[in-house]
Amino acid sequence: MSLLSSLRSVLSAMLNRPRVEKDTDEELRAHVQNRADDLERSGLTRAEAERRARIEFGGHEKFKEECREAAGAHFLYTLLQDLRFGARMLRKNPGFTAVALLTIAIGIGANAAVFSVVNSVLLKPLSYPKPEELVALHQVAPGAAGLADFENGLLLSPSMYFTYSEQNRTFQSLGVWTKDISNVTGLEEPEQVCAVVVSDGVLQSLSVAPQVGRWLMAADQAPRGPQRVMLSYGYWRRRFGGDRGVIGRSITVDSKSAEIVGVMPKGFRFVDTDFDLVEPLQFDRGKLILAGFGFDGIARLKPGVELAEANADITRMLPIWMDSWSNGPGTDPHAYEKWKITPLIRPLKQQVIGNVSEVLWVVMGTLGLVMLIACANVTNLMLVRVEARQQELAVRTALGAGWGRIVGGLQVESVMLGLMGGVLGVAVANGGVHLLVAMGPANLPRLSEISLDGRTLEFTVLLSLLSCSLFGLIPALKYAGPKASQTLQSAGRSMSASRERHHARNVLMIVQVAMALVLLVSAGLMIRTFLALRTVDPGFADARHLQLMRIGVPDSLIHETQRVMRTQNDILDKLAAIPGAKFAAFASEVPMEGFDSDWDTVFIEGKTYQKGEMPPLHFYKHVSPGFLAAVGTRIISGRDFTWYDVYGLRPVVMISENLAREAWGAAENAIGKRLTEDPGLPWREIIGVVQDVPERAVQEKPPAIIYWPPMVENLFGRGPAQPTRVVTFVARSERAGTESLLRDMRQAVWSVNSNLPLASVRTLEEVYDKSMARTSFTLVMLGIAGAMALVLGLIGIYGVISYMVSQRQREIGIRLALGAQQGNVLKMVLGQGAKMALVGVVIGMGAAFALTRLMTSLLFGVTAHDPMTFSGVATLLILVALAACYLPARRAMRVDPMVALRYE
Amino acid sequence: MPSQAQILPGTLDLLILKAVSLGPLHGYGVLLRIEQISQGALLIEQGALYPALFRLVRQGLLKASWGTSDNNRRAKFYELTSAGRKRLRQEADGWNRLAAAIASALNTQPEEI
Repeated sequence: MSLLSSLRSVLSAMLNRPRVEKDTDEELRAHVQNRADDLERSGLTRAEAERRARIEFGGHEKFKEECREAAGAHFLYTLLQDLRFGARMLRKNPGFTAVALLTIAIGIGANAAVFSVVNSVLLKPLSYPKPEELVALHQVAPGAAGLADFENGLLLSPSMYFTYSEQNRTFQSLGVWTKDISNVTGLEEPEQVCAVVVSDGVLQSLSVAPQVGRWLMAADQAPRGPQRVMLSYGYWRRRFGGDRGVIGRSITVDSKSAEIVGVMPKGFRFVDTDFDLVEPLQFDRGKLILAGFGFDGIARLKPGVELAEANADITRMLPIWMDSWSNGPGTDPHAYEKWKITPLIRPLKQQVIGNVSEVLWVVMGTLGLVMLIACANVTNLMLVRVEARQQELAVRTALGAGWGRIVGGLQVESVMLGLMGGVLGVAVANGGVHLLVAMGPANLPRLSEISLDGRTLEFTVLLSLLSCSLFGLIPALKYAGPKASQTLQSAGRSMSASRERHHARNVLMIVQVAMALVLLVSAGLMIRTFLALRTVDPGFADARHLQLMRIGVPDSLIHETQRVMRTQNDILDKLAAIPGAKFAAFASEVPMEGFDSDWDTVFIEGKTYQKGEMPPLHFYKHVSPGFLAAVGTRIISGRDFTWYDVYGLRPVVMISENLAREAWGAAENAIGKRLTEDPGLPWREIIGVVQDVPERAVQEKPPAIIYWPPMVENLFGRGPAQPTRVVTFVARSERAGTESLLRDMRQAVWSVNSNLPLASVRTLEEVYDKSMARTSFTLVMLGIAGAMALVLGLIGIYGVISYMVSQRQREIGIRLALGAQQGNVLKMVLGQGAKMALVGVVIGMGAAFALTRLMTSLLFGVTAHDPMTFSGVATLLILVALAACYLPARRAMRVDPMVALRYE
Repeated sequence: MPSQAQILPGTLDLLILKAVSLGPLHGYGVLLRIEQISQGALLIEQGALYPALFRLVRQGLLKASWGTSDNNRRAKFYELTSAGRKRLRQEADGWNRLAAAIASALNTQPEEI
């Protein structure tokens, strides 16, 4: 038979359903009548003849169904029938339906929300052409002590950039870039904007064409050449209303006029950075030295080039770089060999994602577990319902319904539940994504790209189908078996619980407890991590009342060193005069602010260095007198800078305690000792030792720090005094973070110089919280997952136990009638619950022991197998299980024997 | 009444085709015709006849139309299509060959080997 004709017959059977149905009925009936006619002729009465004919014929309905099946269209018809029946069942049990739907919707919604984040952040490729060719020129220098602690590795120096870009064989294009803050003046209020400063090769690598105008090019890099600049789409819209005529116009950037040559298109982000301006790097090639490792490298590989080849290419160029440049007379360029500089080029996407991927996978995994728990709960509900319908199923089986038909029917119901839950879940997910984006770590990369897209919807549908097959199949397999006759025999009498009857539900409950334990242990470990982070002395106090604001004084605005210092000093005086302000001070950076730090070698007087040996690099920062006191950093020994030190250009420094201990054994011993950045430069005297401060993040070991006054002679080589032009001002005030204080501070700054813009206005607490955003985000997510697991587990246990009690009412009644004490009954029920909870806890402990290792990198101050967390969570779960059993147990205790026995 | 035999699986379709090939019949008629041509030797479960009839219609071997039976009841009559006729020939040939082969095998005497 051809496909077409079979299709036609199926279709006609479908379309003519009512008629065909009637015809079949009539035909079978006619048969019985004909037979009865014959039997009547053989002498039976009409009634007897018809009875005999019907018996001979057999199951009318069964054959009708078989006829339907034979005529085709059976599947669709059955489905339709099941759908109608399922919908009716769901409507008839609004309580069950609501609880089940809500559970599924929340489970699916939470998973879909997190998946959409995982998808947007981790899975989707970067939005540049051929993103797989883009790489970050990451390199490490294990031999450079001091640098090795930090994950940024060794950035590129300008001389490296020239060597790499001119000598390489594996890159289409290559460039370096960095972030900067620029002051734009002349347009309304002076404004600080975010700029990216790029060399030639960076825009070529990213290869995104400008919206208007052209890219910055090699010609724009010429030092002392005309200033040129590109705008971001957002800045262009905001400041110029999207006027295409801006090309060729000039704006004042850092007090210098710069010509606008192009605008980048909408949605273009610079690797992981939002920016307002793109400015060209203008290296003076003649003056470059080897050092100056301050730039991120980015490149586009030639097609087909592997990372290993590119790494080999860089390794080949490193000696060329050392041969081509120098750090000045008397220095050995090959001293860098000791640094063991090693290229570790990685895909740009990896650079963008950073360390957030572990967090997201852990969160995804935990929510997957929550989904399983939710499914277990719904399965339990389904089991109860199927159990209640056992009579019906048994009757249907006895009437000839096949196993497949019954399983199919149950499946259709659960698929309906699953899909409806999925639809609701999408709504939940939509809200959840907004919540996640709002709550997520502020440095969550690609934040703007997060959305519910097709892939997420696919995932949701898949998840719904998967989960409903899970909670549809178990009851079906359990109850649609060939046990119909047994059920019919026990019809109408509720038997005492048989072991086998509760097996599935007990297993589900144990699994739930186990999974909840895993989730709660993870959440517990995160709480311990968070607490541990909070107990680390961050090197400042009462961060809530410290107002920060960053101000840069461009060279073009005030050139003279002393005048810059004066201006900054004047701002301090004005800030200190604000009512309620207790301290005012400034520093090149405040802990955890995340600005790129300065590093230099440190030579200690009295220590002998081999020729050409490069001593460890140390982190250094400039602080004004009173800065340490203002933020609450303790001076352990010696004294702070004074303004006499600053204006007198005295060669004095303070150092961190760990450096003092390392070099002189104790903090006090360091006072009066001397150090320098270069043996050729004058020594600087140590006047104070400062407590260790975790500059980058509390979970990192505090680096050794050299504190310099804000105005220093011989900075980066012999030379006149130089100011620190970009600094963060701090003011301690009860009003920190309020608009009124900000107004006062703005006033104070502008009364000194109205061309100075303010940036990064925030409290130190915000900075501190942001530095822990990753931990707190993980904590909140795991906390939510853990709470969901606990509540679902509680409901699950309650459901199982109270169902068990209702099933055993008769047995309990008999026990009580025979003289059992109420206490015994209570103990029996509680014992049963406790036993299962205990089994679940033991299994969960094993699973958690294996799984928490995966989150080691997120933990701080606590091991993945922290016994306190494990035992605490286990105790909590057992208590919760007992509490969940208590209500049903009390109900069991109160069973009136007479009522229970008369019940039947 | 001769002892009755359950029909072999798969042979019901063949019997129906044969019965109908002798003239259009309604369902009950098919049953009677089979009893008649097998001299009552073959027993067919009455209800089981109908799914088989539906299947044959769907396969395009029979076609059905409503008419009136001898005793003035509305009845659905089945007749062979040309495809059904062809199929009957093939099946009958196959069956005869098989039956002959089995009969000859069963009749074999020791001395014939």
